[in-house]
Amino acid sequence: MSTLLEVSGVSVSFDGFKAINNLSFQIAERELRAVIGPNGAGKTTFMDIITGKTRPDEGRVIYGDKGASLLKLSESRIAQAGIGRKFQRPTVFEDQSVRDNLMIALKKKRGPFAVLAFRPSAEDHARVREIAGEIGLNTALARKAGELSHGQKQWLEIGMLLVQEPKLLLVDEPAAGMTPAERQQTTDILREAARTRAVVVVEHDMEFVRRLDCKVTVLHEGSVLAEGSLDHVTQNEKVIEVYLGR
Amino acid sequence: MTAAIRLFLTALFCLATLPGLTQDADAPIQRLLQEHREVISESSRRTIGPAIDALAASGLPEVRDVLNRWQAKEMWLNQGSGLFVFAEEIDRDTIRIFDVADGSEIGTVADNGYEQLKPNSGIRGLIGAALVQFQLSDPDPVNRARGLDAIERDPEASHLEALRRSLDGEADQTILARKMRLERLLTIRFGQTDAERIAAIESFDGDLGVDVRAALNPLVATRLDAAEALPDAPDIARVLKPGDDDLPRDLAYAHLVEVGLAKPKIDRAAKRAALVANIDAGAVAGVQVASLDDEAARDMAYAALADQGVVEPVATEAETNAALATHVFFERFVGAPPAVALAAQDVLSGIEAKVGLNQALDLGLDAISLGSIYFLAAIGLAITFGVMGVINMAHGEFIMMGAYTGFLVQQIVPDYTLSILLALPLAFAVTFTAGVAMERLVIRHLYHRPLETLLATFGISIALQQIAKNIFGTQARPLTSPAWLDGSLVINDIVSISYIRIAIFVLALLFLALFLLVMNRTRLGLEVRAVTQNPRMAASMGINPDKINMLTFGFGSGIAGIAGVAIGLYAKVTSEMGADYIVQSFMTVVVGGVGNIWGTLLGATLVGTLQKGIEWLNPSNTLAAQTYMILFIILFIQFRPRGIIALKGRAAEA
Amino acid sequence: MSDATLATPRRPPLALRYPSVLVFLTLLALFTLGVTILSEAFGIGLISTSFVKTLGKTLCLCLVALAMDLVWGYCGILSLGHMAFFGIGGYAIGMWLMYERTRLIVVDSLAAAPLPATPQEISDGVAAQIFGVVGASELPPIWAFAHSLPIQLAFVVLVPGLLALVFGWLAFRSRVTGVYLSILTQAMTLALSLHLFQNDSGLRGNNGLSGLQNLPGLDAVPQSTVSMWFFWGSAAALAAAYILCAWIVSGKFGSVIRAIRDDEARVRFLGYPVETFKLFIFTLTAVLAGIAGALYYPQAGIVNPAEIAPIASIYLAVWVAIGGRGRLYGAVIGAAFVSLLSTWFTGGQAPDIDLGFYTIQWVDWWIVLLGLSFVAVTLFAPKGIGGLVDIFFIDRRSPDRHGADLGPDAGALREQEAEK
Repeated sequence: MSTLLEVSGVSVSFDGFKAINNLSFQIAERELRAVIGPNGAGKTTFMDIITGKTRPDEGRVIYGDKGASLLKLSESRIAQAGIGRKFQRPTVFEDQSVRDNLMIALKKKRGPFAVLAFRPSAEDHARVREIAGEIGLNTALARKAGELSHGQKQWLEIGMLLVQEPKLLLVDEPAAGMTPAERQQTTDILREAARTRAVVVVEHDMEFVRRLDCKVTVLHEGSVLAEGSLDHVTQNEKVIEVYLGR
Repeated sequence: MTAAIRLFLTALFCLATLPGLTQDADAPIQRLLQEHREVISESSRRTIGPAIDALAASGLPEVRDVLNRWQAKEMWLNQGSGLFVFAEEIDRDTIRIFDVADGSEIGTVADNGYEQLKPNSGIRGLIGAALVQFQLSDPDPVNRARGLDAIERDPEASHLEALRRSLDGEADQTILARKMRLERLLTIRFGQTDAERIAAIESFDGDLGVDVRAALNPLVATRLDAAEALPDAPDIARVLKPGDDDLPRDLAYAHLVEVGLAKPKIDRAAKRAALVANIDAGAVAGVQVASLDDEAARDMAYAALADQGVVEPVATEAETNAALATHVFFERFVGAPPAVALAAQDVLSGIEAKVGLNQALDLGLDAISLGSIYFLAAIGLAITFGVMGVINMAHGEFIMMGAYTGFLVQQIVPDYTLSILLALPLAFAVTFTAGVAMERLVIRHLYHRPLETLLATFGISIALQQIAKNIFGTQARPLTSPAWLDGSLVINDIVSISYIRIAIFVLALLFLALFLLVMNRTRLGLEVRAVTQNPRMAASMGINPDKINMLTFGFGSGIAGIAGVAIGLYAKVTSEMGADYIVQSFMTVVVGGVGNIWGTLLGATLVGTLQKGIEWLNPSNTLAAQTYMILFIILFIQFRPRGIIALKGRAAEA
Repeated sequence: MSDATLATPRRPPLALRYPSVLVFLTLLALFTLGVTILSEAFGIGLISTSFVKTLGKTLCLCLVALAMDLVWGYCGILSLGHMAFFGIGGYAIGMWLMYERTRLIVVDSLAAAPLPATPQEISDGVAAQIFGVVGASELPPIWAFAHSLPIQLAFVVLVPGLLALVFGWLAFRSRVTGVYLSILTQAMTLALSLHLFQNDSGLRGNNGLSGLQNLPGLDAVPQSTVSMWFFWGSAAALAAAYILCAWIVSGKFGSVIRAIRDDEARVRFLGYPVETFKLFIFTLTAVLAGIAGALYYPQAGIVNPAEIAPIASIYLAVWVAIGGRGRLYGAVIGAAFVSLLSTWFTGGQAPDIDLGFYTIQWVDWWIVLLGLSFVAVTLFAPKGIGGLVDIFFIDRRSPDRHGADLGPDAGALREQEAEK
């Protein structure tokens, strides 16, 4: 399988504090990957760099078959290129209906004039319903997103990512605040998604990561500490020290 | 017998001319006057010189009085005795006369037999010059200084000699220095020889005094001249080309016309008048009037008239160009001989360079003082906006409230020093209370809704402004500074700074120190920083965020009140004064970088410097300066959206 | 739930999806008809010409409020510059009105002269007439096209549009948002009004342009008729703008801009070029404001820099807030209600209140009342007068569980704004 995203030698610092320090990371076109690490390990900054929110001081971020650099692109360009992101806290548009939320995310032309002229076709509605079914919200399409429960909002956001049809999905702590049943469903959704694309899950919860059953990358102080299966990394001395030692 | 007869005759004579007899004919001053009676009574500009000189040189104490009276046409000549008297006219025929020696009254007599001396203006000038010398040698230094003042105001050639003479024997060093300086200045203007003038001019090299430039500038005056070839004359200041900035083509041609080197051109109005005057049966020189509705047609009609000899021919565009091409335009020195003018030009250009440097310094001082005013206005905002993230559009009105508090205190306490000292804490108290009230009633409910806060405080702002207008009226109220703040610190003729600005600068520094002290060294500051960084965590550690927010907002508002007093001293107190500062204050905070007091300081300096700099480029137009400054800041924010001192990373978002 | 949510929803016409559009247009038509019947020129003469002008001006203010609602209520950009665009529209049309009318007068007076006038003489005469008051006698270059109605009409749209485009591009590009953007737009407005206050701005300094109520060449038409023309024009423009705005906000575009209002960063990560959307709305609303101004000032008769000062834009925000943000009819209600009330209070018609020790004269105290009631609305009724509609016609499809905390009043954006 060819590499979809390659991050190499990336560093970024804020007022002298090195949030990311010479980080290198690769993910294949269809792969599920968990990224774990203690607080302040640079997980969120890592995502910020890929999605264009933060510009690194040095290093390269290469994406896609053509090996294009992401560093020059704006956030919306990167998103259009097929990188979707789910934030730590559910950020859906609470004032709008579930259908509108999904419709905004639906993969279509993003320019203002195209959006002005956009009228949803029958397929579009069908696609929205299909995804709503996957995330268990098919009966809530007309409800305002603000009325959903916390877990439903998380799913709605994942659903929004799915209709975006990204090639790379970055998911930040998807299971936070979910009931065990909701967690199980979330795991299923993510594993399903990873069949057709690359998915990077940032997570604290080891149990959740174990359920994902995938390769794990451990971040610490802005660089990769260990990489491999969960069992492999949890036996790593340094990882144990970082997680338990102090 | 002979003796008896003589005695008798003398007695008789005395009777006939009784007053004359009581006069002291032997007084030294009278004698001196008698020596020169001829020339004095003749009153001729040409011959009077020695008489005045003799008087001036005599050293007699009465001379000054005599000269004064003479100049005032109060000296009369007794035609009988030939003695001089002072006299006052009582009516047409009667005068009261006084002795020239001691000024004592002699009596009232009919004026026939007395002749009034009427010195003409030339003689009065000479007398004046002689008098000046007296004043310059007056024993009282105050009078000497006054004499110098008079000369500085209105120098004359005659003063130079008097001044030179008074140099010897001048004991007072300050006055001596002034005299010597004035002597050189007068030499520049009135010196006899070019060498002497040039020496005087060169002695002023690099002097920044306004008086020097006033003396030198007339020397380098020039007059435009034109000729077919450039004459080889020493007095040519420079050669000009028509079409340069200094010599527009129209002006150059007008000069040629004026000196008769070219045919006149005609302006549209005159051409029109000429055509109108020659309308003949609906046509002008055969051209139908109706077709004369553009300038080209009118030109043709006029040319036709000129061909007929009805009007003067005028220069065409081609002739104009030719005339301008065949003449050289140059400027001649007319203010002084060329050598002097050149020397003056050299010294002047040296002075100009130095003046420029000093003006830059002065501008810098101005910029700093304007910057401190912006800093004062903005520091409260830096607290409420920068630290708490609360937009307070009524901040300007708090400044206004502080200023009006100062005004009210001055109405009650007449002593300005005391009233200012009272007004500062009182203004703080008033605006602190207002700020706390506003925080409790409005802002508290709008935390995390900045746009709403902005709007609500706008509402308060317009209400407060209108209330102030309703109470105090629309006219500006004075806030008088104490006498010890009047005047300015003068460094030289160009660089000066008023004490009030220095006071505001000092006040700004004090506030900076106070802010740093409160934020970094006190419990309140620690708690404020804790609450702004993480209110929940702070609350869990026993800090009451509500109370801290209230106090912080009150503190920021209170500082606005004090700033109001300071700004009121510097500008006028009106209900709109706050609105005048609010945009600039926000600019200051935003440009500097929110959440950093040093940024605010830098921002204030930048905004102040910018405004002064632009004003300097375009001094006539402060409105334009403000316009351009705002445009510049808008552009600046494009490139540094987070201000000069920007927080990065999580600190910026936290 | 019901089958309706599962079936593909058919797209009903705009008016049915947004019943408020139909209601609004009907009410506006009835109002226009009513004023026409009561007017002096075309009806029974119950309302005076000056009141017709007041009503026509109010319609223009409703139009600019509509633009403000679109940019602020829907897109979350609290612009304090839209009254500047409004003023620019007024200046653009005012230049033609003033130039053309002065030209006709000058031509008239020159017709009596012995020689026919040249173009230069006419232009000099016009310049002297217009600029004598600021001590100039030449037409500044900015007046180069003042003779042409089509060009000046194009300027009504182009100048505010271009200004908004350039300013918006600069501001949005560098991610200036929230209160920063508000302050920046306020600064722009201040700079513009300060510029116009100068005599050498070429637009008559603080005198502004005057005599705009007279249409060149139509001196014979009485003002009562002209006022009705403008009234109809304003009503038609308002109706057209309302339909346009409703169309924009009803579809996916509206969904996107409301999403931008609530969480700009999220929309960006969905792949939308947020800056372009904002720029589009900012420019479009600036153009609407320019058109509103071009209709307003011929009815007002005079436009001067004071009309552009930042406070005017703040009042515009006040109207929209009082009327109710995020709903188009709210903006219209707010502008009409507050501006008519303001006319009533400041016109001296409101009775003074004698408190015994002090008499409240509304001419002086109205602003205070307005400011305080604005604070009250912000605090207690963030939905404004438009919120009353909800009380009477509750939208049953989506019960408003979060009350006032939804939407423009407290979007997710608030945190970023507050924390910057």
